[in-house]
Amino acid sequence: MNRRPPEPVQIVKQRRDAALAALVGGVPYMQFMGIGVQRRGDELTATMTYDEKLIGNPLLPALHGGATAAFLEVTAMIEISWAMLWSDIESGAIDVETLVAGDLPRLPKTIDFTVDYLRSGLPRDAYARAKVTRSGRRYASVQVEAWQDNRDKLFAQATCHFLMPTRNDG
Amino acid sequence: MVDKATIARHFIEAIPHSKALGMVLTEIGDGIAEIMMDYNPAMIGDPQTGVIHGGAVSALMDTCGGAAVMSHPDAPAGTATIDLRIDYMRGATPGQAIRARAECYHITRSVAFVRATAFDEDADKPVATASGAFTVERAK
Repeated sequence: MNRRPPEPVQIVKQRRDAALAALVGGVPYMQFMGIGVQRRGDELTATMTYDEKLIGNPLLPALHGGATAAFLEVTAMIEISWAMLWSDIESGAIDVETLVAGDLPRLPKTIDFTVDYLRSGLPRDAYARAKVTRSGRRYASVQVEAWQDNRDKLFAQATCHFLMPTRNDG
Repeated sequence: MVDKATIARHFIEAIPHSKALGMVLTEIGDGIAEIMMDYNPAMIGDPQTGVIHGGAVSALMDTCGGAAVMSHPDAPAGTATIDLRIDYMRGATPGQAIRARAECYHITRSVAFVRATAFDEDADKPVATASGAFTVERAK
């Protein structure tokens, strides 16, 4: 049996980075919030760059709970979309060029979102990672953790349920 | 004389993040708050439909919940969200403002319990509902 030779690393990186950029760049709200996403292999880390407009309590000062919630929700949404698209991007079933052109497939929809505030958000950059704990044909469950200076000291965590788009290959 | 509602309105409209999202307090008092958020293309989550991102709705719910706690007759000196759950019934209609109404229905010495609902122009079909617990900070 012939094995396919491994793809050149630049090709792999270019494809994955272009797909992620298409997924993230298409969301005006992420730009408004200053949320970006970094990738290592298939692992994503979201960053919310500090800005004065994210403040909820000017006296402390602390990040707005709503900004924190939005950050976690955006991260969960990107993670489940990324997980859903990953194998199709890798196999070539989805042409990255069409994603880049702004023609995204239907993405999961949020059913519900529960956020726990563990400590107040400091006026500095925040980071988050999400994990798909279960992804079924119709529903998916995603957990998200957010931290600032110290990875072990979460300032918020959330659980999110998604309705998966109906696949038209059935 | 400046009444409590006016103070609360100025306080909420002075919150940088609420201001950035264009939130305006339309009603406050006795543990109930109502906040309007105009449609803004910068808050779009899905460019193909123009539907506002769920995160912006969460921010609206959180602000409105906090305002309801602050306006409760037991008058906490401050509050912070402990947890908040949001259920999304449908996407808000593009171009329409979103209005959230929150009620602080129970308060103890340390915890305030809140329910909230968000609507667009269709007042019969909620866009989202929320329930949460908030801290009660006492004046020292």
